[in-house]
Amino acid sequence: MIEPIKPPRRKNPLLRTRLPASPPRPRSRTSHGFTRAAAEGRFMLQRCAACGSFAYPAREACPSCLSVGLVFIDAPRRGMLLAETTARVPSDVYFRERAPWRIGLVKMDCGPSIVAHLHADCVEGAAVRMSLQLDKSGQAVAFAHPEGETPNMADDRQWREMTADPKFRRVLVTNGRNMIGQEAVAALKAAGAKTVFVGVAEPWRPFAGEERLRGQDGIEIVTLDAADEKSAADLAADIGGKVDILVNTTEYVRPGGLLDRRGTSIARDEIDQAYLGFINLAQAFGPAMRMRGADGINSSSAWVNILSVYALANWPAFGAYSASQAACLSLSHCLRAELRPGGVKVMNLFTGPVDTEWFQTVPPPKVAPRAIAQAIVSGLKGGLEEVYVGDVAEEIRQRLAANPKALERELDR
Amino acid sequence: MQSKNLLELASAISSGAVRVVDLTFTLSPDFPVIVLPPEFGQAAPVRIQEISRYDGRGPAWYWNNVTFGEHTGTHFDAPIHWFTGKDLPNNAVDTMPPKDMIAPACVIDCSAQAARDADFVLTVPDVEAWETKHGRIPPRHWVLLRTDWSKKGWRDYANLRDDGAHTPGPNPAVMKWLVEERGVIGFGTETIGTDAGQAGHFDPPYPAHHFLHGAGRYGLQCLCNLDQLPPTGAVIVASPLKIQNGSGSPLRVIALVAST
Repeated sequence: MIEPIKPPRRKNPLLRTRLPASPPRPRSRTSHGFTRAAAEGRFMLQRCAACGSFAYPAREACPSCLSVGLVFIDAPRRGMLLAETTARVPSDVYFRERAPWRIGLVKMDCGPSIVAHLHADCVEGAAVRMSLQLDKSGQAVAFAHPEGETPNMADDRQWREMTADPKFRRVLVTNGRNMIGQEAVAALKAAGAKTVFVGVAEPWRPFAGEERLRGQDGIEIVTLDAADEKSAADLAADIGGKVDILVNTTEYVRPGGLLDRRGTSIARDEIDQAYLGFINLAQAFGPAMRMRGADGINSSSAWVNILSVYALANWPAFGAYSASQAACLSLSHCLRAELRPGGVKVMNLFTGPVDTEWFQTVPPPKVAPRAIAQAIVSGLKGGLEEVYVGDVAEEIRQRLAANPKALERELDR
Repeated sequence: MQSKNLLELASAISSGAVRVVDLTFTLSPDFPVIVLPPEFGQAAPVRIQEISRYDGRGPAWYWNNVTFGEHTGTHFDAPIHWFTGKDLPNNAVDTMPPKDMIAPACVIDCSAQAARDADFVLTVPDVEAWETKHGRIPPRHWVLLRTDWSKKGWRDYANLRDDGAHTPGPNPAVMKWLVEERGVIGFGTETIGTDAGQAGHFDPPYPAHHFLHGAGRYGLQCLCNLDQLPPTGAVIVASPLKIQNGSGSPLRVIALVAST
């Protein structure tokens, strides 16, 4: 049984902050089929198209029939823990610092045997539920969970290495003026975040929901205009060392593409708010987050972007906005690479039109801000990198994968 | 005028016999800007981005790139800003006569009224009452409306409610009268605009803009330190940036005040 983790004490200023180490990175290209699955929280294995048998680890040919037709597909998660062992003095720096570390051999119901990291409640000879996770080096690893719920399950030490659970962490929600930001604050607080800092730009402008934010325990309103370099830097000077999770809730949606707009003022605003705001936040908060990736229970752990799914494929009705989101998507991959040495995850949430004022005339289905907030929390708890919220986002993803050209024509309506 | 008189002025400024009062807010990203409904184009906020600061980007020097809308911070409105002044000659900041950049000011203290009522509007009788004390407003003078609004915190300064901004300003009659009967060179306020916060509901809407610019006169807003000016006798120096066909610009506004 897992002892619940305790709220971290204040740091001893006489001690050096330990720098993050990374578990081994190298993977074959084929193995990144697992990376994709882990990023999305899916459990996928290779399966032979010819003989139907599952294979593990990633292979170029089927170990049963030598066919090369191995395809990653969603696979049954159930298995049995055949054997376990505890590494007490591993040679790898990352695991040595975290020893003792339990691993085990899991015989999957669907066939292959998998070496997996073990949740502490996994018992030899008992059934386990398998998942693929991204470890601190961003690579996919197999993780075995007990088949059912156990007390304080999410507090398992090895599991917490795989996730960015908000429990006891301090979160910066960069924009609390909008519904997404306010719902995110509530959801993160409910998930056990110690403090949620809420950025408010131009505090002289009143906004809906302000009263509710103020005066709540554990919620601190801070002045932050992400689009302003100095504002981001000033806030980081105050709290940069205390931001364990950053949730970028910048929201700047304007309709229109190219020809029916005059000039570049709105496009500039879109770029200022979304793209340059992202850069300002990254430069202000990124370095300290990367440095604090192994800083105890409340180590820095994740950066969350909320992106329009039209970052993946331009929606001409909101064409310039789509382009600004595409720029942010590209930047998120850069940030992901740069935060990697700190073991800090970058999670992108893709949404379709949100049920907010700027999508007023767009017919449903629209995504409720609360659904986005809940997806943020579950994504952090699950250690995900890519999350698609709502039917529209999921559908765009599937149509893009099936035929990008068809999607381009279909969005042109 | 003899050049020795001008030199006397310079030495009086240097000695402090003529005080120089800075009527300008620091141009910063924090300062409130005019708020329009979001579907309209918006003034770009003030942004200050470092180019280098004695670092790898420039080891011996510090400098910034600055961006802002023409109507941010303490700023000047040229006649071309409003549709009523769009066809006037020399109506932009780059073509306006430089001599219009220096002019005396009459300061009307309405701070008591504005403290009682955020929607205080200046009327002709208010100005006539001022004139009985201080004399008739001479032509080509600035009229500056002192409300002490510049002393407020930013939220109270912008004072936005769900029915718009609530800040003091002139009513239509007094603007028409100041322009036509008194020949003022311009009108200046401490608030975000030359017009009252609710002036969109006046007839005509935004009367300060309407009448001033329609007659080729100027506006100054977001002024501070008006409480340091005498009712008459101060000289305002207000030279906007020479922006090509510019409708206005942030600027440094100073007042020269004789100490005796």
